[in-house]
Amino acid sequence: MRVFKSIYGCAGVLSVVLAAGVTASAQDAPDVGPKPPVVVKPMESRIGNVTGHAADGKSNYRRYCAGCHGDYGDSNGENAVWLDPRPRDFTIATFKCRSTLTGTLPTDEDLFNTIGRGITNSNMPIWNALSPQQRADLVAYIKIFSPRWEKEKAGEPIKIPAEPPVTLESISHGKALFTKLECWKCHGPHGEGDGPSAATLTDSKDLPIRPYNFALGKNDSRFKCGNTNQDIYKIFMTGVDGTPMPSFADVIQPNDAWDLVHFLRTLQVDRHSKENEVLSAAHGVIPPYVDKNPPPAAAPPADNKPPGGAN
Amino acid sequence: MKAHYKKFAVVACTLVILGFGLLYSTRRTLNVSAAGTGGITGTIKLDGTPPHQKPIDMSKEPNCAKAHASSPVTTETVIVGPTGGLKWVVVYISEGLDAATAGQVPPAKPTWDQKGCQYIPHVMALDVNQHFEVSNSDPHSHNIHPLPKPNGANHEWNRSQPPGTPPFDQVWAGEEIAIPVKCNIHPWMHGYMAVVKGPTAVSDDNGSYTISNLPPGNYTVTAWQETYGSQSQKVTVAAGKPATADFTYKAK
Repeated sequence: MRVFKSIYGCAGVLSVVLAAGVTASAQDAPDVGPKPPVVVKPMESRIGNVTGHAADGKSNYRRYCAGCHGDYGDSNGENAVWLDPRPRDFTIATFKCRSTLTGTLPTDEDLFNTIGRGITNSNMPIWNALSPQQRADLVAYIKIFSPRWEKEKAGEPIKIPAEPPVTLESISHGKALFTKLECWKCHGPHGEGDGPSAATLTDSKDLPIRPYNFALGKNDSRFKCGNTNQDIYKIFMTGVDGTPMPSFADVIQPNDAWDLVHFLRTLQVDRHSKENEVLSAAHGVIPPYVDKNPPPAAAPPADNKPPGGAN
Repeated sequence: MKAHYKKFAVVACTLVILGFGLLYSTRRTLNVSAAGTGGITGTIKLDGTPPHQKPIDMSKEPNCAKAHASSPVTTETVIVGPTGGLKWVVVYISEGLDAATAGQVPPAKPTWDQKGCQYIPHVMALDVNQHFEVSNSDPHSHNIHPLPKPNGANHEWNRSQPPGTPPFDQVWAGEEIAIPVKCNIHPWMHGYMAVVKGPTAVSDDNGSYTISNLPPGNYTVTAWQETYGSQSQKVTVAAGKPATADFTYKAK
């Protein structure tokens, strides 16, 4: 009899201890329990001759991406609270690195390139270890998070004319544009991210954000959306959506845009670039720009429409 | 003999009915601005003390600081006129519009101007698919950055507009009350674009508004103010004389 009593007693004590343990751990993880399932819409992507399917991207997304971007693609992954800048929120379908006009969706190739290239000065790794098929499947997968992809087509990629040669005149014109278009208001006169408006900049989620500092990084200074001159061209001709960086497509002619690119390269003072070579050959002095074809007085600019048509 | 007359009568009646129908339908689409339409007018007041509007320091943009040197600018979240009227309230028809009136797009092209580092007007009401112009009257650059709700018909964009560039033509694809607009270069600049269907109005310095070109009928008219939100009331519009709908917001 006493044996039975002690067994019951032990069982009683054990169950109390276990219950306390379970409730304690439940308090540590208050959101235990089933979460709503992720609906994997049959989205697709197409990059070159590779077609991606969302269903095939699901396990890779869960393994590599969800930790930051979240199971629901809403930038609320476990790691996100420690990250600045925050991971992309796929549910609103606004993307920084595009070849398409401001306000439009990026192309599949834009997304594919971002995944492979990673994003400099952020926690987005370089994922080109994943095969093109895997990356294409991931591009298709992230489209499930926003209804925009169902109704809307990607924007038209902007037309980028051939790059003219890097000359001192081109750099000088670029500098004049940098001043006239007031890039220095945010980026500062030397592109160091210290312009008069820099301190108050916030992104579209009202989080503080800094303008790009061209002078950082020695020979390795990179841009978020790629490191070629074409990539720089695209940044200010499409705008960095979701951030304070606007599109200048309405207000720069395509050839003038190349001059601005050449000047911007000289702001990366420690980079071994063609532009810096040309500048050194001129002893580091950029002459004032002389407009050989000044527009007639009071005439409006010829064509301010962006290449892909008005927004 | 009788059968003959019957057939003739049927045909004649059908023709008459069709004729009236045609006449009636053309009357409805063509005569929007004629004596057959009505409107709603009213005043919007604030009950209580409005929150203090903070003065804006524009020293980061010397041109604008100078432009306002004699009369400093304040925030515009609650603007009450001399007679207690609430300014910048959008009034629109939220229920009861027939398809034709709801789908109408006014030919007018309002201007959203940037002047003295402020948005003029502070609140603009316009229709879905109605074109508007964005202009820069200042001697320095602005960027126009509307922030519509994600995943709706309207999408966020961000465009630079240096001085001397021609105005941009823009249009919104869907209803939204209201889209906040900001300038990143000048963080104190705030404005709203309210995109609605059907006739709309924004209250003036006295808190008064008038909505015109509204066919007679029963409607729900809604007022929206950026700090105090929305209020609705039912109103019946008859042809000829405007109905009245006043609104009162309580200051918190």
